[in-house]
Amino acid sequence: MTTVTLTVNGKPATAQVEPRTLLVQLLREQLGLTGTHVGCDTSQCGACVVHVDGVSVKSCTLLAVQAEGASVMTIEGLANGNDLHPMQAAFREHHGLQCGFCTPGMVMSAVDFAKRNKKPTEQQVRAWLEGNLCRCTGYHNIVKAILAGTEAMARTAS
Amino acid sequence: MTAQGIGVALRRKEDARFLTGRGTYTDDISRPGQVYAYILRSPHAHASLGRIDTAKAKAAPGVLAVFTGADMQVGGLPCGWGVKSKDGTPMAEPPHPVLAQGKVRHVGDPVAVVIAASRAEAKDASELIEIDYKVLPAAVTVADALKPGASALHEKAPGNLCFDWHIGDKGAVDAAFAKAAHVTQIEIVNNRLVANPVEPRAAIGEFDRGTGEYTLYTTSQNPHVIRLLMGAFVLQLPEHKLRVVAPDVGGGFGSKIFHYAEEAIVTWASAKVGKPIKWTAERGESFASDAHGRDHVTHAELALDKNGKFLALRVATLANMGAYLSTFAPSVPTYLYATLLAGTYTTPAIYAEVKAAFTNTVPVDAYRGAGRPEACFVIERLVDTAAREMKIDPVELRRRNFIAKNAYPYQTPVALVYDSGDYFTTLEMALKSGDHAGFDKRRQDSAKRNKLRGLGIATYIEACGIAPSAVAGALGARAGLYETAEVRVHPTGSITLFTGSHSHGQGHETTFAQLVSERLGIPTEMIDVVHGDTNKIPFGMGTYGSRSLAVGGSAVVKALDKVVNKGKKIAAHLLEASEADIEFKDGKFTVAGTDKNVPFAQIAFSAYVPHNYPIDELEPGLDETAFYDPKNFTYPAGCHIAEVEIDRDTGVVEVVKFTAADDFGRIINPMIVEGQVHGGLAQGIGQALYENAIYDEDGQLLSGSFMDYCMPRADHLPSFSVATNVTLCTHNPLGVKGCGEAGAIGSPAAVINAVVNALAALGVTDMDMPATPERVWRAIAEHNMPKAAE
Repeated sequence: MTTVTLTVNGKPATAQVEPRTLLVQLLREQLGLTGTHVGCDTSQCGACVVHVDGVSVKSCTLLAVQAEGASVMTIEGLANGNDLHPMQAAFREHHGLQCGFCTPGMVMSAVDFAKRNKKPTEQQVRAWLEGNLCRCTGYHNIVKAILAGTEAMARTAS
Repeated sequence: MTAQGIGVALRRKEDARFLTGRGTYTDDISRPGQVYAYILRSPHAHASLGRIDTAKAKAAPGVLAVFTGADMQVGGLPCGWGVKSKDGTPMAEPPHPVLAQGKVRHVGDPVAVVIAASRAEAKDASELIEIDYKVLPAAVTVADALKPGASALHEKAPGNLCFDWHIGDKGAVDAAFAKAAHVTQIEIVNNRLVANPVEPRAAIGEFDRGTGEYTLYTTSQNPHVIRLLMGAFVLQLPEHKLRVVAPDVGGGFGSKIFHYAEEAIVTWASAKVGKPIKWTAERGESFASDAHGRDHVTHAELALDKNGKFLALRVATLANMGAYLSTFAPSVPTYLYATLLAGTYTTPAIYAEVKAAFTNTVPVDAYRGAGRPEACFVIERLVDTAAREMKIDPVELRRRNFIAKNAYPYQTPVALVYDSGDYFTTLEMALKSGDHAGFDKRRQDSAKRNKLRGLGIATYIEACGIAPSAVAGALGARAGLYETAEVRVHPTGSITLFTGSHSHGQGHETTFAQLVSERLGIPTEMIDVVHGDTNKIPFGMGTYGSRSLAVGGSAVVKALDKVVNKGKKIAAHLLEASEADIEFKDGKFTVAGTDKNVPFAQIAFSAYVPHNYPIDELEPGLDETAFYDPKNFTYPAGCHIAEVEIDRDTGVVEVVKFTAADDFGRIINPMIVEGQVHGGLAQGIGQALYENAIYDEDGQLLSGSFMDYCMPRADHLPSFSVATNVTLCTHNPLGVKGCGEAGAIGSPAAVINAVVNALAALGVTDMDMPATPERVWRAIAEHNMPKAAE
C-alpha cells in the first residue's frame, strides 16, 4: 500500500492505495465520488473525465499515485452550491443528456474545451469530442449545449 | 394545454442529479460489507469441459469463495417467447445454464465465479483456476451451423436448428410472381451489432438473514420481469422474498431487457457467502456477454406490374440466435420482423420464411428496433433497386404504392392491422425540409470538390407496444404485455406516481409528470415519478419496444381517471351537489354552471382527514392503481432522407445532411421526442457505416472492444433535421404511438440507398453494411477498373 495525498474539489484528501489503483478507482471507491463513471476498459469512452490541475484528463489513464499533490476537480465540484455551472445549465437547457451516464465526463471535457476556445465552430466541438462517447443523444444536443455553454462561460468571465 | 402539460418542451426533472454527479447507477451503490465477484469466462467458442481445479484460487488472498456449475445447481435461464416451426413443432429450446454445465458454447460463456474482498483480488484469483477444455469445431454463421455434419451445440437442437418458421400466403405470392412484369431480387446481410450503452451491466446481490429476503440491484429495463424470471425459473425464490431494484440505468437499447446469468449468480452467492456481492462488467465482458442484435442473411424478391405496383414480396431469412436463446430472442426475427414486411405499402401478398439456428456466438436478441430495422432494410433496398431497374423515380415509386390516407384500419397480408397513418404527408415533409429539389445543385457542388454525392430515401413503419396480451400470448409470448400505474395523492395534494415503465434515458420522470400535471392541473414540482423498484411499484412489464408512453402512459391516464372520479364523489359531498353535476377542470372540482368549487388539494386533504366525508359510501384515501392492456400495437411511421458525400480516393463516406419526418401520434414533450430521434438516427447511421460485430471462423470476436468496434462519434455525424406530423393512435387514450426506436429503423436503409445512389454512375448497385471506407473504396476501384480481357 502507498499513501497518496491530493486535493479533491478544493478539499485535502489522503488515501492508502495499492500502487496499481487508478485515479478513477480512488475517486469512486475510496472517496465516494461516484459522479465520475467508468464505461470502458480501453480509455476511449470518456465517462471518467475529471480535471487534474485544471486540465481535462481521463481518470482511468492515470494511476492514483500519479495524482500525488495534484488538484483534482470532479463533476461534484463544478456547481457553485445549488447554482449549476454555466456548462451544466447549458446541457439541461439544450437537452444534452438522456441517461446521464456519459454526462459527467462530457461536461468536464466541455468545460476544458470552453476555456481553450472562446468562439468555437460546430466542427471544433465535434472534433474535440472524439474522446467522449455518448450512445443516447446522437451528439446533436450535446454539440448545441457545448456551443451555448461556451458562450455563457465567456459572458460570465467578461 | 397547461404550462407544464401535454405538448410543452419542459426541461427535465431528472437532469439536476445527473448533471451534478448525484445519479445513482448500480455500480455507484455500495452495501455494507460488500464484496466483489469476477466471472471467469470461456476463451473458446465451443469446448467440452473436463477437470476444473479451483483449489489455488480458493487459497488466494482475499478470496471468500469460488463456484462452478457443479456448485450452482439451479434452473436454467428461461426464454420468454416460444415459436413454432412450419410443421407445428415447437422450437428447439435447449437449456441455458447460469454457469457452464459440461460444455461452453461461446467465447464469454460463464464458467466460474470468484468472490473476493476486492475486484482486483477476485480477478487475480480467477487466473489461478485450472480448466481442461477439449476444443470442438465452431460454427459462427447460420449457414455453417445448418450444414450437414456441423458440430452440434446442443443435444436438444438437432442440426443446430432452432425453428423453421413462416408467415403469409405462399400460393398467392407464387401466383403473383408468375404474372409479374418485373421481379427485383436482392441479397442482404444485416450486420450483427452490439448495443453498447455507455454504462456496462452491473449487479449487486444481497441476502438478509434476518428476514430471509433477497435484494438484487441491477442494470435492467424491467425489474419486475427479472424478478419473475429469476425467482420463478432460476432460483425458485417466491416474489415476496425477492426485491429487484433497477436504479438509474445508463442506457439500454434493448440489451438490458434480458435476464442474465450474473444477476442470478450474485443473488444466489450472496446467501452462500453471507455478504452483499457486486459484479460490474468490464467493457470487454459487455462485448462477450450482452445480447447482440440483428445478424440476418436474407434473400428477397419483389414482384411488380408494368406500372411499378407491388404485386408480391417473397423473403427468406437466416437468423442467428447465438449459442442460447436469450429472453425474447425468438420473437425478433419472426413477429417483430416478418409481420412488418408490408411496410408503408399495399403489397397484397407476402410470404416470409425464417430459419433460426444456434451458433457459437453471443446470444442475439432485441436491439433498438428489434426486427423492424431488418424489415425496413429489406423493403427499402428492394424499392430503390426496383426503381433503378424499372427507371422509375424512387419517390414516385413509393407514392404509387403507399397505403391510401383513407384506407385505415388497414389489414396487411402479414397479420397486423394499422390503425392510422399518413405516409404521403411525412414523405412530403421530408422532401421539403431536406430540400430534395435542390439536390442536383448540391451534387454538382460536391462534384466540383471531387466528391460523389448521393441521396437516399427510406420510409418505415414500426409496431410498438406489443399487444393485446391475449394476441401476444397466441403468438408465443409467455408474459402479459400490459402496464401498471399507481397515482398516490398525498394529504396536501402532492403526488407520487409509481410506474411499471422504466426510464434509462427516456425522461419518464418529466414526461409522466407532464401527464399528471395536464390532468390534475398541478405543477410538476409537486409530482414525483418513481420507477424501477419491485417493492414500490405494484407490477410492471418495463420499457422496450417504444412502449412506455403508449402502454405505461395509458395506465397513468387510467389511474388518473380513477382519482378524478373519486375526487368528484368527495367534491359532491363537500359542495352538497349531485356527483353528476361535478366537473373537474384546471385543478378545481366545480358544480356545473356555478362558481362553487373546491381545489384538488382540498379534496386530497379531505380524503385523508375525513372529518366531513361520505364515509358510509366511500373509503378514505386517494391512491389509485390501474393496469392497462392495449387493444392493438401502435404504428409510428415516417420518412428518412440521407445525403452522403464519398471521397473517391479513400472511400470515406460522410453523412452531410440527414432529414427525418416522423409520425409518433400525439407528442407530450417535443424536446424529449427530438432527442429520442437523434439518438436512434446515430445508431442507425452507426449500423450503416461503422458498427460490425465480426467473428472469425473459430468464434473469436474480432471487434470486441471500443478500439475495434467503431462506435459513432460526434465527428462522424451531422446535425439532424427532425420534423413531425401527427396522426393520432385510435385506440389509446393519449393518441400516442411511441418514438424510441424510429430513428434506428429508417436510417440504415436511407444511408445505404444514398451510398448506392452516389456510386450509381459507376455502375455500383449494392453495398453491404457497414459501408466502411475499405468496402466503398473497393467498389469504386472495381467499377473504375477496365474489364480484363476475356
